[in-house]
Amino acid sequence: MRFVLLAVTLTLGLIAGPALAQKPAKPAPTPHPGAEVYQNICQACHMANAMGGEGAGRIPALAKNGALEAAAYPIMVVTGGKGAMPWFRGLLTDQQIADVINYVRTNFGNKYKDKVTPALVAELGVPAPKGGNREQ
Amino acid sequence: MNWAENGPTRREVLRAIGMMAGTAVLYQAMEVLGHAKETQFAGPPNLQGARPGTKVIVLGAGLAGMLAAYELGKAGYDVQILEYNNRPGGRNWSLYGGDTYTELGGATQKVGFAPGNYLNPGPWRIPYHHRALLHYCKKFGVALEPFIQMNQQALVHSAKAFGGKPMRYRELHADWDGNVAELLSKAIDNRGLDSVLTKDDADRLRLALREWGALDQDFKYTKNYRSSRRRGFERAQGGGVLGEPIPSEPYPFKDIMDSGIWRVVAQHMNLDHQHSMFQPVGGMGMIGRGFAKQVEGKIRFNQKVTSISQQGGKVTVTHTDTGSGVTGTTEADYCVCTIPLSVLSQIDVDCSPGLDAAIHAVPYSNSVKVGLEFKRRFWEEEEAIYGGISFTDREISMISYPSGKLHSDGPAVILGAYTFGPASYKFAGMPPEERIARALEQGSVFHPGRYKEEFIGGATVAWSRSPFTLGCCAQWNEDTRKEHYQTLVAVDNRLVLAGEHASYVGCWMEGAILSSLDAITRLHKRALEA
Repeated sequence: MRFVLLAVTLTLGLIAGPALAQKPAKPAPTPHPGAEVYQNICQACHMANAMGGEGAGRIPALAKNGALEAAAYPIMVVTGGKGAMPWFRGLLTDQQIADVINYVRTNFGNKYKDKVTPALVAELGVPAPKGGNREQ
Repeated sequence: MNWAENGPTRREVLRAIGMMAGTAVLYQAMEVLGHAKETQFAGPPNLQGARPGTKVIVLGAGLAGMLAAYELGKAGYDVQILEYNNRPGGRNWSLYGGDTYTELGGATQKVGFAPGNYLNPGPWRIPYHHRALLHYCKKFGVALEPFIQMNQQALVHSAKAFGGKPMRYRELHADWDGNVAELLSKAIDNRGLDSVLTKDDADRLRLALREWGALDQDFKYTKNYRSSRRRGFERAQGGGVLGEPIPSEPYPFKDIMDSGIWRVVAQHMNLDHQHSMFQPVGGMGMIGRGFAKQVEGKIRFNQKVTSISQQGGKVTVTHTDTGSGVTGTTEADYCVCTIPLSVLSQIDVDCSPGLDAAIHAVPYSNSVKVGLEFKRRFWEEEEAIYGGISFTDREISMISYPSGKLHSDGPAVILGAYTFGPASYKFAGMPPEERIARALEQGSVFHPGRYKEEFIGGATVAWSRSPFTLGCCAQWNEDTRKEHYQTLVAVDNRLVLAGEHASYVGCWMEGAILSSLDAITRLHKRALEA
């Protein structure tokens, strides 16, 4: 049975290979550069849907978040941390910080038009603390 | 004892002081001479004479909170504990078969481990020098057993070395020491150390290197009986006709360098990871249970604290029952608050501006653990790996084999991931089943043909999504220590904070214990002076 399946797959592969390569379907949209940062870092707390969570304390939702209107605010929070949230200066580059802020500010129900640049992150960001070893 | 002639040995001096002045002096003397360097524990506090009827409310039934309640109760205070979870222990916790855990975001896991098997999501090992914790484990009847930290038979894996094949720790360690010894001995031969060593010392060091690195008569690290006694034989020693062992060939030094083995070796030289280490029999959570027995009937579970007031010469804590939704208040004369700063910074705390700033100044780290249960201990049965840790440069960073119930049959749980740094965020961002699948995939590099094949099920805790802490541990840095630490630990009117965050033994249970003892000692003094 396994052999048969393999044979079929191979045959299909040979025939469909070139056809698939030229598939005229719309090109996959280029993922937002901030999406990867969001998935690898932010959603550990803020969740994949950016809705946050609530237990003994609260992790704020980033979705439809009015506090994101002034770009300086997320720049300060991401670079310097806030409450339980650690600083990310040093772990992320200013480019990655700009990317992820732009991603969040234009997704999850947020529609802020102005773009954050690495230069703005460099200007407004909080420097990483001394001796702030992240590992326990 | 004739000190004038030979000079006393240190042991003789210590014995003499001990005989003359008792153990307290002996202990101080040992400290001066550099022995007995442990965390700061001089014995349990002996608090006495609380004013009758004085009430203390303790927030949090982790180790710090329960110990505070125990010692203050003994001193005569009327003590009550409020706890957010429906169990005691806080981060001291084990997940067993039948347990259910819901993380922030709503994902719920029903743990399916066999009876007796567990995952320790938080602390999992106790250094021998954490004397305060060890003291209370003994006092509260928590049985301990050895935790096997280092195992030379375990594996070390790096994508950058040996074509990605995991190698025995023992072989890499022996080859590292052997090659370094040979190189240093060459440096001596080439007079490279003449500027820092006398001729005599250089000769002595050369001989020492031969012994330390298992070098041959020509000061070379080569394939022979001597080096194989370290790294293992090609054919092991046996009896009878084929009893003669066949030595093994050391690996090229370049590959040893690529493996990064020194990092693993250095980790075990760290004070926190030196033998002996301990674990409770039956899971780390046994400590929390042991402590809870001492304060039985004093803990109110499922209580979410929403505010702490110090108005009107008393402490008033407002809290909501997470089951019924009913909000109430509890009054006391004093408060010991062990709520993690990640949560406390979101609670309305009536305190000095300095303490308020300190509470808001300390973020929390993150880590993810994954427990994987297998049908049998194939790592013991087939590879003679009994406990210890295999290390990898993959995101899971390590897998740890169970130290308990060694050499037994039946299913067993491996710690399949203990993440650090960026990997913690990446893992925590995944749904639990994806974390488990990824840990299984990454860890299978150590035991191909067994790991995935004999897997039964897993459990995982991502600390950034933990409802009761919103993180792993307090993450201090030089600046925040300088600016806020002393304010954070000071008694603020009728309130004092305790927990690992109020210690320099951060992220260890010992830190919580020492912080608690110090906090209640000062609070008791304040109460007597009032």
